Amino acid sequence: MIQPAQTGLAPDGGEALGIENLSKQFGGARALDGVSLHVRRGEVHGLLGSNGSGKSTLIKVLAGFHTPEPGAEIRLYGRKVPLPIPGAEVRALGLAFVHQHLGLIPSLSVTENLYIGQLATGQDWAINWADLHRRAAEVFARFDLPLVPQAPVGSLSAVQQALLAIVRAYEDLRHATQDHADRPGVLVLDEPTPFLPRAGVEQLFRLVRQCTATGASVIFVSHDVDEVREITDRATILRDGHLIDTVETATTSHDAFVERIIGTSMAAYHGAAKVLPARPPLVEVSDLAGPGVGPLDFEIAEGEILGVTGLIGSGFDNLPAMLYGGRDGVTGRIAIGGRGIRLNALTPPEAMARGVAYLPADRLGQAGVGSLSVGDNVAMPVYPRLAGALGLTDRRVAAHAGRLGAEAGVKPNVPALPLSALSGGNAQKALMAKWLQTAPRLLLLDEPTQGVDVGARQQIWEALDRTAEGGAAILIASTDYDQLAQLCHRVLIFSRGRIAAGLTGAQLTKDTIAEHCYRSMTRIA
Amino acid sequence: MTETPPSSEAYEARIAALEAKLAALEASVGDATARVEWDWKGWAERYGLILAWIAIILVLGAFKPVQMFAWNSYASMLGSNAMVVVLTLALIIPLTTGDFDLSVASVMGLSSMLIAVLNVKLGYPIGSAILIALLAGAVVGAVNAFFILYFGVFSLIVTLGTGYFVNGLILWVSNSGTIAGVSMDLVRAVILTRFLGIPVGFYYALILTGVIWYVFQFTALGRRMLFVGRGREVARLSGVNVTRVRAGALIASSVMAAFAGVLYTGMRGVADPSSALAFLLPAFAAAFLGSTAIYPGRFNAPGAFLAVFVLSTGVMGLNFLGVDSFVQNLFYGGGLVVAVAISQLIRGRKPMDG
Repeated sequence: MIQPAQTGLAPDGGEALGIENLSKQFGGARALDGVSLHVRRGEVHGLLGSNGSGKSTLIKVLAGFHTPEPGAEIRLYGRKVPLPIPGAEVRALGLAFVHQHLGLIPSLSVTENLYIGQLATGQDWAINWADLHRRAAEVFARFDLPLVPQAPVGSLSAVQQALLAIVRAYEDLRHATQDHADRPGVLVLDEPTPFLPRAGVEQLFRLVRQCTATGASVIFVSHDVDEVREITDRATILRDGHLIDTVETATTSHDAFVERIIGTSMAAYHGAAKVLPARPPLVEVSDLAGPGVGPLDFEIAEGEILGVTGLIGSGFDNLPAMLYGGRDGVTGRIAIGGRGIRLNALTPPEAMARGVAYLPADRLGQAGVGSLSVGDNVAMPVYPRLAGALGLTDRRVAAHAGRLGAEAGVKPNVPALPLSALSGGNAQKALMAKWLQTAPRLLLLDEPTQGVDVGARQQIWEALDRTAEGGAAILIASTDYDQLAQLCHRVLIFSRGRIAAGLTGAQLTKDTIAEHCYRSMTRIA
Repeated sequence: MTETPPSSEAYEARIAALEAKLAALEASVGDATARVEWDWKGWAERYGLILAWIAIILVLGAFKPVQMFAWNSYASMLGSNAMVVVLTLALIIPLTTGDFDLSVASVMGLSSMLIAVLNVKLGYPIGSAILIALLAGAVVGAVNAFFILYFGVFSLIVTLGTGYFVNGLILWVSNSGTIAGVSMDLVRAVILTRFLGIPVGFYYALILTGVIWYVFQFTALGRRMLFVGRGREVARLSGVNVTRVRAGALIASSVMAAFAGVLYTGMRGVADPSSALAFLLPAFAAAFLGSTAIYPGRFNAPGAFLAVFVLSTGVMGLNFLGVDSFVQNLFYGGGLVVAVAISQLIRGRKPMDG
C-alpha cells in the first residue's frame, strides 16, 4: 500500500475524501457532469442544491448504489477506492450514511438499534444484554445524550431518533476503522433536519461537532441555507448535475448561496405568466390546521390553478389529502361554492359528493391498483352509472374507459391491460381521466407529473387547463418549480407549515419560486 | 419538386390522414394485444381446471370403469358436496375484500347443532330453527368484523379465535353429544327430493354460485370489493366506505356458512358437534384452486364451484380404488398448497394481496 503524503492529524490538515471528475448518465440525462469534491479531515462539508441538482446521485455513488461513468476517481485519505464502490464494504472503507428515513426499527430498543449491524450479522449464541445495554449507556454518556438504552425507539422523539441514528453511524464507523484510527472516516448526513424543531437541530449540530472533534469528517446534505451556514466549514453547490462552486461558509452570505443554488441567468425563459381570472372565490379554506400545517386561510377562485410548494418538511405536500378528508387530526373549515363543512367531519365520500377529487402522488399505492385493469381503475368512481340491463359488464367498462382513454391520449389505449403495464405518464393520464370524468369543482393534485415523460406532461397540463377553463378550481402541490411557473395562476410558498409568500403574474418564474422557497426559511425563523 | 407548395388546407388534410392512419394502427395494435389474452395460453389458464377434471376422471376410470363412469356416482357426489360449495363461496367473499375467515367451518357446525337442538330438544318448528341458525351466523360475523375493524387485529387471528370459541359453544349447547331426529321436512328439502337424479341441495349451491358470480362480476359492489381487497388505500381515497364493505363481507361470509350448516343437517338428519370442522381445509383448497380458473388471479364463484367438484371427484375415485381414508387429507392438503402455488405463478410471483 502506498502511504499517502498528507497524513497530518491536525483537524484542518489533509484531505479525507477526494472525488475527481465524477459523472453519471441515466438514459439520455446527465445527472452528474464531471463533478469534483474535496472534504478535509475533521471538516463539516455542506452539499447544497435543489431537486434534480445531482446531490442524491452523488450520495448514491458514494454508497455504492450507482456505478459512475469511467474516468472518475474517488480517494479516501489518499487511497484510491475501487469503482463502483462495493456496497458491502462501504463501512470498512470508512464511509457511513444517515438518510432522511433514519433506518431505525421503532419496535426494538435503543440498544438493539444501536448494535443492529453486529446483532444481525454476528455469530453470537449468547448475547449478554446487560453488557450491551451498559456499552450503549457508555456511548451515550460520551456524547452527553439523554437516551435510555432499554427504551423502545418508537417512544423517542423525532430529535432523539435522529441523534441515535447519527451516533449509530458514527460508532459503526469508529468500529470499522479501529485498526487505522488515523483515518477515522467520513459520515454522510443526507437531509437529517427538515422534520426537526429548531431546538432539536441545535442538539444535532452539537453532536456533529463532537464527531468532527475526533478527526472524522461530515458531509451535510441540506436544502436549508441557514443550517448549512451555521454548521459547515465549507460547502459545495451543485446545479443541474454541474459543480457550481465550493465556498468557505464563513465568508459567504445567504444571498450568495441562494444565487448559486438557483442560478440567475435564465430569467427570461418563461414569459407565459398566466393572468388570474377575476372571478369570485369558489373554494374558501379557513383556520386549516393539522399535523405540521397551519393554521392558515386561503381561497381559490373559479377557474384558478393554485400551486402550493416549499422545501421538504414545509408541510405543503399535506394540503391535498387534508382538503379531501383523507387525513386524521385536521381542523378548520372548507366552503365550496358557499357550502361549508368542518374539515374534521370531512370524509372522502363526503368530499366526492361535494365535487372534490383528489389524485395522490403515489400512483400505484394510493391512486390506482396495478393488478387490476386500466378499465376498472378508470371506471371505478362511476360504476353505478355504467351498469346496463345485464349489470356492469366488462364490455361496458372497457368501452367507457376506452372512450376516456382516447380523449386523454392513453397509449396503448387497451382497457383490459393491467394498470401496472402502462408507463408512468400513461398511467397518470388514465388516472386523471378517472377523476376528470366526475366533473370536479375542486381538483386536488399531488405531484401530478412526477415520473412522467415530457409529452405526457404537456397533455396533462392541457387537460388541467381545460378543466380550469370549465370553471373548476385546481390545487397542485409540487416541488417542480418549472411546472408551477408554467401551469399556475398563483403559487403559495410554504415554510414550517405556514404560507410564507404568494406569487402571481410576473413573479411566476421557476427562479422566483425557487428563490422564495429558499429565502422563506429565514423570513419565518 | 414538381408539386406546388401545398396550401394550409392541404397540410391539414395530410395531417388528418396521417392521424387516421396512426389511429388505425393503434386500434390494430390494441386488438392484437386484446387477442393475445384469448390465445391458447389464456384459454388454458381459464379452462385448464376443466381439462384437469376430465383427466382425473379418465385416469381413475381406467382402473375402476364401472364406478367412475356411472352417472349415479356423480349424482350423489354432486349432492353430498353442496355444503362444501356453499362454505367455499362463504370463504371467497372476505378473501376478495382482503380478509381471511377461519371461523366458517365452526359457524357451519354451530348452525347445524342449533337447528338440531331447537328442533329436536326444544320443539321449535324447523323454519324458525333455521332462521335462528342464520341469525347466529350473522352474530358471529358481526363479532369478527368488530374485532378486525374496530381494533385493527389481523383477520387470521380473530377468526381463528372466534372459530375455537364457537366450537366451545357447540359442545356446550349439545352436551357434547350427537342429536338425531331433525324434521324430515328439512331432509326432504335437501337430499330426498331429486332433480335429474341429483339431490336438490346441489341446485341450492348452484343458484348461490350464480348469485355470487353475478355480484362479483356484474355489479358495482362486487368490483369495489375487489378494489378494497387489492388496494385498500386506493378504494378509501376513491370514496369507498372500506370499513362497511369489509364488515359486510365478513357478515355475509358467516351467514353463508350458517346456510351451509342448514344443508349439512338436512343431508343427514343428524347434528354432531365436531364433523363440520373437517370441511375448513377442503373449502380453502377449493377457494384457492378455484382462483386459478375461469377468472384466473381472482377468487371467483364459478371457479370455486368447479374446484370443489374436481377435488371431490379425485377423493371419490381414490375411495373406489380402495385407498385408505387418510388419502383424503393428503389430497386436500396437497391440493391447497399446489393451488396456492399455481395462483402465485399466475400473479407473476408477486406477494399475495388477498
